Amino acid sequence: MKEEKKEENEKIVIDLLKLLSETDNVELEDVTIDAEEFAIEIVPAAAPGRPELFKLSLEPVMPGATGKIEFLVEASPQGLRVLGVPPVTPAAPAPPKVVELLSIPFKYPQLPYTSKIAEVQLGATKSEGGSRGVTYKLGGYSTPPMFLFQETSINRPLFALDVFDMRPTLAGPVKRSYADVLEDPVAWAKKCIETYKADLVSVHLVSTDPGIKDTPPSEARRTVEDVLQAIDEPIIVGGSGNPEKDIDIFREIAKATEGEKLVFASITLDMDIPKAVEPLVKHGQNAIALAFMDINQAKELSRKILEAGLPKNQLILDPTTGALGYGIEYSFSVMERIRLAALMGEEILQVPMSCAATNAWAAREAWMKVEEWGPRELRGPLWEATTAIVCMLAGADLFMMMHPLAMKIAKTFAEALQKVRKPLSEIPYEKWVEAKY
Amino acid sequence: MPKILRPLDVYKYLPQTNCGECGESSCMAFAAKLIERQVSVEKCTPLSEPKYGKKLKALLEVLRSPVKEVTIGIPPNAITIGGKDVMYRHELTWRHPTALMIDVHDEMEEEELIKRVKFVNDFSFIRIGRELKLDGIAVRCVSDDSKKFSTAVSTVLKHTQLPLVLCSYNPTVLEEALTIAGDKKPLIYAANKQNWKEMAELSSKYKCPLVVSAPGDLSLLKSLTVSIKKYYNLDDFVLDPGTFVDGGTILDTISMFSVLRYAAIEGEDSDVGYPLLGVPAAVWSLFDGNDDEKRLMESIVASSLMSRYADILILHSIDVWPILPVIVWRDCVYTDPRVPPSVKPGLYEIGKPNEMSPLLVTANFALTYYIVKDDVERNKIDAWLVVVDTEGTSVQSAVAGKKLTAENIYETMVSSGAMEKVQHKTVIIPGYAARLSGELEDLLKDWRVFVGPRDSADIKQFLEKIWKQEVFGEKQ
Repeated sequence: MKEEKKEENEKIVIDLLKLLSETDNVELEDVTIDAEEFAIEIVPAAAPGRPELFKLSLEPVMPGATGKIEFLVEASPQGLRVLGVPPVTPAAPAPPKVVELLSIPFKYPQLPYTSKIAEVQLGATKSEGGSRGVTYKLGGYSTPPMFLFQETSINRPLFALDVFDMRPTLAGPVKRSYADVLEDPVAWAKKCIETYKADLVSVHLVSTDPGIKDTPPSEARRTVEDVLQAIDEPIIVGGSGNPEKDIDIFREIAKATEGEKLVFASITLDMDIPKAVEPLVKHGQNAIALAFMDINQAKELSRKILEAGLPKNQLILDPTTGALGYGIEYSFSVMERIRLAALMGEEILQVPMSCAATNAWAAREAWMKVEEWGPRELRGPLWEATTAIVCMLAGADLFMMMHPLAMKIAKTFAEALQKVRKPLSEIPYEKWVEAKY
Repeated sequence: MPKILRPLDVYKYLPQTNCGECGESSCMAFAAKLIERQVSVEKCTPLSEPKYGKKLKALLEVLRSPVKEVTIGIPPNAITIGGKDVMYRHELTWRHPTALMIDVHDEMEEEELIKRVKFVNDFSFIRIGRELKLDGIAVRCVSDDSKKFSTAVSTVLKHTQLPLVLCSYNPTVLEEALTIAGDKKPLIYAANKQNWKEMAELSSKYKCPLVVSAPGDLSLLKSLTVSIKKYYNLDDFVLDPGTFVDGGTILDTISMFSVLRYAAIEGEDSDVGYPLLGVPAAVWSLFDGNDDEKRLMESIVASSLMSRYADILILHSIDVWPILPVIVWRDCVYTDPRVPPSVKPGLYEIGKPNEMSPLLVTANFALTYYIVKDDVERNKIDAWLVVVDTEGTSVQSAVAGKKLTAENIYETMVSSGAMEKVQHKTVIIPGYAARLSGELEDLLKDWRVFVGPRDSADIKQFLEKIWKQEVFGEKQ
């Protein structure tokens, strides 16, 4: 009997300690306790309907001692669980007296941007000194891309599909879309425009690389001229990335296509920049400046190109696009910083930005056959489209893409900018809760 | 402007005893970490003493982010969303990654419902050594029947510990579900213009966070939030400005999210300083198209809204391919943009290399490493890869910044045991490190140093056309 009692007492003390440790605080005021040992008693449900209130009494156990202290403790929900008291539905708080919907207008914030991005024209019509049937304008924005509500008429981002001057190595899902034109850049360009509805094409003259075929500038020029003959749209002329050879290529083609306002890609810091820029200025062409994911490098490059005489409205900056999952967050932040700095007044950055969303195909999540990941015919294009759209939200305006479906998704997104859209009040958004799908 | 705290602003509310309980050397050091969001207030145990009650309250107020932190669910599976201090991640790392919730509804077959819940429980994608997971379940009431909804909610509770969102505009339906799930602190969806009083009462009674919904109307959204806050003394809100998707209205949605966040952070409008809810699942009821088109659209909407400030998203598709880009983008966008990701320096095996396999050198910038590894793997090459500590910078920058030198390549080759792995006594360094080759050859004595391609995409060509011929005399 005695053992049992002792055990029970110990249990109570443990429970009490637990209870106290879970309780926010216990305050004893005007109390002097002068005893070596206490008897502790917990009396539950001290108040009707308030199971969380307990009466706690302390009584000295020394023979002859007097003075019993009683107080209420409020157990926390955790404490209640420790004590095994079932939780009850809390009583609703007393409803407030006046309940009328306040009317507080939301004020659209004033944006601090003071500057504008230069407007670059791609392609020139006959009357403008070129031969293009279709021309575009890029840039001209005065807010970051997500604050479009403030823009009235706005140039939308543009989409180029890639064309190569020799059979390239392509990821499976991409290859399938161009299987019939891989050997013929002219047919390839036509397919991009006519079948896949690209705004323009990017002709990559990879064969000109001295380490590949070392195709001479004259031959590269003929490829470009043939493509220009076949389509009405402006094109991007892409070099091989060799800093010396590209200058020769640019010089030859810029001259032959004088006044067409084509885009030459890319000018990099390891080039002789004045030499690279000179033919573009002379023959009225645009340039893409390629910097490697670094705002300071982008500034340096842009400054050198502008100092070499290229007008701001003929320059596009490519801060490098990392694939989704392989560095895209660096591109996102660098693009965002470039665009914000430009709008806040940094002149040398006030140019449109380009994004090679094609780099998305470097990610294995895009191209690799893995059954658990789902069909790569959808997964790949989605990977490329996501890469493009994320960069679009950071400020990119000109997209180099590869998969027709990826381009279609991203282009639809961009086209909405110039669309008269339904008023939101006419769209039954709320239905998402109760609709069966 | 977002408020910029200095350590002193915070220090004055600390005990100032330098007791060291928090693990910092002084209260000032703790204050500095608090404003950098590197530690949480709870680490200061003395602050929970009653005598510091006032200080604690004031401290929490000072530290409150312009976008309030809201917790959904109960430990150990509770998730906290919001807590955003800045608009742009280059200013300060974004905290509390967007929570991804998958929907179920009360007219689904039980089997289907359980399948979906289990999909969420078990979803796991490992990337760069990190496990990416989904966060919880949104239970929708399609039936408008309290019994059915409660049954669905209890089935969900039976199969998961993850946090829930309970979705209905009918307070009666929600109340019955809350009697079973209220102690799990689900997020209640949603108070709107019609039901806001009843919803506010439920949120108050069950102490659960509440979504305030005013599709397409930011003034109504603000009015509802302020009214509920004032009359019901609540503060745990999640805002739903509506996720519009059809006919290009996704752009309006992105604008609303951005402008709300801008107002909260730069405009210091604390009435809208709460986490934002996006519902890409709305694609399934609003958007015309076949199922794959809907999956594509839902995924794009989710990634866009995550880029532009959504703190919690409700999704429908449980196919892996549309979830993958969203969950990977979340992992990327919530990293610290100031710290380049790096991998551990040392010797890595790609494929099954032997003593005749090439020995390659690269930097320990994670992206460089993964790209090189990927290029080697994709070309089915078995190789040894020596990863040198370049403090997480790429080869090109590391060479320029003298973080990749002949000495540290040599030291890594020795310390990792790479030199004993091959018999051919040759090593291939990246093209961008060409100028280190002479010096490295001096250090390696009887070894030969090859300058490989600048881009690892060309590694196969290099190995076959140059390296193999030079080393083994093989002809193509």
